[in-house]
Amino acid sequence: MKPTDISAPDYFHKVVDCQWACPAHTPVPEYIRLIAEGRYSDAYMINWKSNVFPGILGRTCDRPCEPACRRGRVEDNPVAICRLKRVAADFKDDIKHRLPKPGPKNGKRIALVGGGPASLAVARDLAPLGYHCTVFDGDPKAGGMMRSQIPKFRLPDSVIDEETDYILGLGVDFKGGQRIDSLKQLLAENYDAIFVGSGAPRGRELDIPGRKEAAANIHIGIEWLANVSFGHVDKIGRRVIVLGGGNTAMDCCRTARRLGGESVKVVVRSGFEEMKASPWEKEDAIHEDIPILNYMVPVAFKHVAGKLIGVTFQKVKAEYDAKGRRNLVPSGEPDETIPCDDVLVAVGQENAFPWIEADCGIEFDKWHMPKVDPKTFVSTNPKVFFGGDAAFGPKNIIWAVAHGHDAALSIHRMLSGEDINERPLPEVHVSSQKMGIHEWSYDNDISADKRFKVPHRDKVVALKDIRTEVELGYDLKLALGEAQRCLNCDVQTVFSAPLCIECDACVDICPMDCITFTENGEEDDLRQRLKAPSPHHDQALYVSGDLKTGRVMVKDEDVCLHCGLCAERCPTGAWDMQKYLIDMVQAGSTCQSKARSAA
Amino acid sequence: MTYIAKPKFHHPGLKKNELGYTHRDYEGKISTLCAGCGHDSITASIIEACYELSIEPHRVAKISGIGCSSKTPDYFLGNSHGFNSVHGRMPSVLTGANLANRDLIYLGVSGDGDSASIGFGQFAHSIRRAVNMTYIVENNGVYGLTKGQFSATADRGSKSKKGVTNTDNAIDLVAIALQLGATFVARSFSGDKTQLVPLIAAAIRHKGASFIDVISPCIAFNNHAGSTKSFDYVREHNDAVNRLDVLVGREPISVDYAPGTVQLVEQHDGTRLALRKLDADYDPHDRLGAMTFLQKHAAKGQIVTGLLYVDPDAEDLHTHLDTVETPLNTLDEQALCPGSAVLDKINASLR
Repeated sequence: MKPTDISAPDYFHKVVDCQWACPAHTPVPEYIRLIAEGRYSDAYMINWKSNVFPGILGRTCDRPCEPACRRGRVEDNPVAICRLKRVAADFKDDIKHRLPKPGPKNGKRIALVGGGPASLAVARDLAPLGYHCTVFDGDPKAGGMMRSQIPKFRLPDSVIDEETDYILGLGVDFKGGQRIDSLKQLLAENYDAIFVGSGAPRGRELDIPGRKEAAANIHIGIEWLANVSFGHVDKIGRRVIVLGGGNTAMDCCRTARRLGGESVKVVVRSGFEEMKASPWEKEDAIHEDIPILNYMVPVAFKHVAGKLIGVTFQKVKAEYDAKGRRNLVPSGEPDETIPCDDVLVAVGQENAFPWIEADCGIEFDKWHMPKVDPKTFVSTNPKVFFGGDAAFGPKNIIWAVAHGHDAALSIHRMLSGEDINERPLPEVHVSSQKMGIHEWSYDNDISADKRFKVPHRDKVVALKDIRTEVELGYDLKLALGEAQRCLNCDVQTVFSAPLCIECDACVDICPMDCITFTENGEEDDLRQRLKAPSPHHDQALYVSGDLKTGRVMVKDEDVCLHCGLCAERCPTGAWDMQKYLIDMVQAGSTCQSKARSAA
Repeated sequence: MTYIAKPKFHHPGLKKNELGYTHRDYEGKISTLCAGCGHDSITASIIEACYELSIEPHRVAKISGIGCSSKTPDYFLGNSHGFNSVHGRMPSVLTGANLANRDLIYLGVSGDGDSASIGFGQFAHSIRRAVNMTYIVENNGVYGLTKGQFSATADRGSKSKKGVTNTDNAIDLVAIALQLGATFVARSFSGDKTQLVPLIAAAIRHKGASFIDVISPCIAFNNHAGSTKSFDYVREHNDAVNRLDVLVGREPISVDYAPGTVQLVEQHDGTRLALRKLDADYDPHDRLGAMTFLQKHAAKGQIVTGLLYVDPDAEDLHTHLDTVETPLNTLDEQALCPGSAVLDKINASLR
């Protein structure tokens, strides 16, 4: 293999698995260290810059970072990154003075359709640069689906108010209760750019016999959640069936438990393991005495005299064909009818753009989705950008934020007369953490603690009131313990071949057997000859240049604890621990040229 | 010295030996030696050899004297018996322990100061008495703890870190061990674990006095130009006569040896040593030949390494003294104190 080019910004970025997996590339280990130091406001601001909604995401994020977390490959569970983010939000001081100030207006006007996370992220990036941002939303308050679909017992209004206010306080114009019904009309108002962040607002139907007849007691999940959220609905029948296995279904069943549903069941077509809902959301539902029944396909709504009395299910089993594809086939068992008073249908969401006229210059693909450039988020109309669920279908908040940053950068470049296809490289800082012979600026003593559980409110109390938040969040002691579990993957092991005398000290001390000195070879061959097995080929091998004996140093990045013992035991300083920080490019970043600043 | 303990986490895919242990289970405390010390690599090699042999840690007694090398038993086999004895007195303590309990595996760990100066006599007598042990000298040619004076194994003409030339003749412990009748004699280099680990494993399985001289560069005081115990010097002048594979039990001999290049030696306990010859003329069963070979190569400035001599049918001190098979600590009172009638009989036989 060729020597690894550690000056390429992506190389060390990938080693920070959590940050690499995060759509917004939040510098996770950096803010976790700040939490451990008690610098909650600083930790919050790092998050705020990167993901815009730390308090909201700290309660609701889909956390792509956690399955990626290196700790999960070393022991049973990853670091509770998401809930540590909430710690930063919960314990910060007043940070208003640290927010950007509304810049002097530059005369450019941006319209943002929808007041959810994508639009707000765009406004957050552009308003301080002097753009006049106007956000339109059909609901009276900003937040979009964060406010309408996420139940209050998971995300209190106060948190949404606080974090949307930070953005609206930058001089953003919010037009609540003004749903945009015509893009054509909006285009006619001569905005310099339009951003569409209107989400995926339509719940998918379940068209089976009895749907029309029993309609009074069959509700579409996201619509029902919105009605609960705005106080239009405050009760449900005693026996409730929730159809669907995603996170919306989990929100529906837990909400139903709080509105009078005593016997609430979730029924899914697939197996329990394959459900789309995040494992922790399933856990929370089961904890609230909600059984999840699997391999049952709804075939009919049963009704008597226009009144729903139950749902009939066909029992199925999973079969795998020669290509390993799963098919659900009838298991041969008799159909089962589960009696119920109400049904909540949460079988998916769809995009809907009835308000975009055919002659607006926006082309749609065969799935009726707008054609959007995945890098710049521009549509086929160069002035109209899409982001969030409106761009590529239902995802989640953190993706919407990431789209918002990229779209804002495109809008800023376009309105500055720059090519939107040229994306500036991120700024990278790499600096040694050595403080003394065996002292580092980070805590390299690896905690052996298991993942700490987030305290929950007592179930009896929690189920009584739909607005009582269930999770209490970590207290400071638990937060410190959990923060100490972070392996500091951003403090990189940096190797210098010319300094190495091949004494083997690093090989002998490495607790994870990551380091091997051997003859060079092709990657597949090298992976066979490492000191420990190398099962994850997506994890890079760090290969040095030739050493004095003609061998090379090979380090498998996979399960490195970043404990720095290789550097402590190195007599010549060939190993050093260097902190890698990457500043993702956002609209208004100081470094907008293509210059690279790296190791 | 490193302040933190080595993390307990280990690679999830680490192999386990017959006892279900990983090599991490054979570790001791974290080393307090200087960063990069060759001794740490010898420590790692002992750990690896014991792991590969599936040795039960509580069956090992590690005994040492004084010096950097003699500190190392604290860094391996944390669950074994250990005795850190007086300077140079490891061999007599080991001999005594061995006579009292012949069931344990004895690892004597010493250095060039401990064995070639203050304990030179002790070293000599434990070898000539054929104590069943593995005697490892971690040889760096300097007194590291007192800041780098020449030791008795420093080569004449080699230079100290301050540039002083050594005018004394060197003691070659391997040559002495051969002359005194050691039945397993090897030399190796801390920077070459592929050679060292099997040598330690074979020595542990050898019944009789096994002696391994391991050249182990002192990073702080003896790794400069002019030293003959530096990484660079040893790598340039290393003349390995053979490579060793240790075969325990009935595992078949791997097939990737070219025919005629492997010599199989079966030891007392059934362990087979597969010796791949690197020097076609070298015969590890010829004690006299080995001594001559060593002298010739030393004169040319070469460091001969590998398994230099082995007598697979060796006997040990217990055989010579015809001692009881049972360790003394498991003999009952009747056996240990058979009564005055037996004493009278013994006394009568001596009159």
